[in-house]
Amino acid sequence: MSSKKPYGPSFILLGLALFLSWLLNISSGSVDIPFEQVLSILWQGGTEQTWDYIIWEYRVPKALTAILVGSGLALSGLLMQTLFRNPLAGPFVLGISAGASLGAALLLMGTSLVGSLAAFSLLGNISLALAASLGSFLVLLVVMSMASRVKDSMALLIIGLMFGSISAALVSVLAYFSSAENLQRFVFWSMGSVGNLSGSQLLLMAILVILGILLGVASIKPLNALLLGERYAQSLGISLVKSRIVIIIATGLLAGGVTAFAGPIAFVGLAVPHLTRQIFDTMEHRVLIPAVLLYGAVLMLLCDAVAQWPGSPSVLPINAITSLVGAPVVIWLLVRKRKIIF
Amino acid sequence: MEGFDKSPLSVKGLSIGYGKKIVVESIDFDLDPGTLCGIVGINGIGKSTLLRTLAGFQPKLGGQIGLKGKSLEAHTPSELSRQLSVVLTDPPASKNLGVLELITLGRQPYTNWLGHLTQEDRQAVQQSLEAFLLEDLLHQKCHQLSDGQLQRVLIARAMAQDTPLILLDEPTTHLDLFHRVQILKLLQGLAHRQQRTIVFTTHEIDLAIQLCDRILILDGRENPFGTPSDLIEQKHFERLFPSEMVRFDAGTGTFKVNG
Repeated sequence: MSSKKPYGPSFILLGLALFLSWLLNISSGSVDIPFEQVLSILWQGGTEQTWDYIIWEYRVPKALTAILVGSGLALSGLLMQTLFRNPLAGPFVLGISAGASLGAALLLMGTSLVGSLAAFSLLGNISLALAASLGSFLVLLVVMSMASRVKDSMALLIIGLMFGSISAALVSVLAYFSSAENLQRFVFWSMGSVGNLSGSQLLLMAILVILGILLGVASIKPLNALLLGERYAQSLGISLVKSRIVIIIATGLLAGGVTAFAGPIAFVGLAVPHLTRQIFDTMEHRVLIPAVLLYGAVLMLLCDAVAQWPGSPSVLPINAITSLVGAPVVIWLLVRKRKIIF
Repeated sequence: MEGFDKSPLSVKGLSIGYGKKIVVESIDFDLDPGTLCGIVGINGIGKSTLLRTLAGFQPKLGGQIGLKGKSLEAHTPSELSRQLSVVLTDPPASKNLGVLELITLGRQPYTNWLGHLTQEDRQAVQQSLEAFLLEDLLHQKCHQLSDGQLQRVLIARAMAQDTPLILLDEPTTHLDLFHRVQILKLLQGLAHRQQRTIVFTTHEIDLAIQLCDRILILDGRENPFGTPSDLIEQKHFERLFPSEMVRFDAGTGTFKVNG
């Protein structure tokens, strides 16, 4: 908007933070590679083949995944919060993550009920991602079809929550009847992970996230107008139904795509927009969208680096880390400001 | 469309309501540029319904609404956004919006897909800020403003939208006498100086009589429309409320409590 506040320095700092957290992320892992070695491998290719392989084939793709996951979830959270004018909205609220869980649960635990696990082991992770995407898009389609009928965004939010509950209930029914082995598989997926993505999976996720970002950027004006409320937005020449559908599709691509490949990762979508507004004192989406993309990526890279603490052979579940970071942040915001003002 | 003159707002035989239920019918009036018009009437008669219908938020049930010779329904959303702007009773959805940000949103109908502001846009925003005495509040957030300040910000946003017609739903509720007068004086100035047509609903009949160029009385029967003095002469205000409770004193243009 017309305020020419200098956001440049903040963006430069955030960009620098992204670069540093990327370096930190890449140099941390269960195999201890000296930092100078990491740098030289990145810049001119190393001498040690094993390390070279670990960096280029494992850590760089993993860092890229973390960036996509963090950016995607953060933007989907921002879009939801504006669309529903609710500071507590996020990809989880619309039932998108729950839908993805249901898809994954049906594949991992449901197939054992009919005894055709062969299909799963054949296709491996791709089929899991496919099932999760299908699940999230199914919920999304239902919510979208409601969106054109329900005039009130608050009602839509509650419908999303209800679908989330239904999905969660179905997942627990499936879990109850499932074998211990399959249950364990599902639990591992639900812990979330940014590692172990194949090149084609990474590419597919990148395409989904980039499409979502483009739709988000194309919606900057409707998003800004919605800050006033739906009637005001309408009076500014915004087509409500169309904008709402585009924004919901963008969220679905971002949150659905990310959750399908990386599992349901909590709190990034909810917390990052609030953290971003602490630095960027504006509601203008032209500033907020790039800011949450950067901030989400930084947060996710750092969380993943913590999960992969150097020297330790085991990897902590990323979902636990983001919750451990995200939940206190939300509580801190609430206590400090007494209420979250949107 | 036939029968419409070029006035910013012309209403003929309008029926308003919800679904099949008609709330008020046969509403007729015609406003020239630079007119401040108040809509008065008892609670629940349909003042807000009329305003929402005029703004295109809900369909009319009959009759015609014309904006500068073209029927309201024939406008695309983006055309409409350059013809009329609104100030509603609901506060802005985001309490974190800054004053400047909020007023600048009024320029959306004129900006490109990214919302880039031209020199003209900045000028319009600056003029609105000055007209509504908001320069000191520039960087405040909505939740930090008083009711009167917030109302000025919302009206300034409508002014920045630069439309020939501005519709306001009860702009003076929740305000004390000083701020009620302040808001209405500012609206009057805006109408007269910039030749805008401004329509607002209000319960402040005394103030409306003193400040408005035209008044529409919604009574559910004839819905009389005219200048305040004509309406007083024709004794329309006397019939507005049950006479055993309040009586209208034509001499002072005010209502007195009976008994």
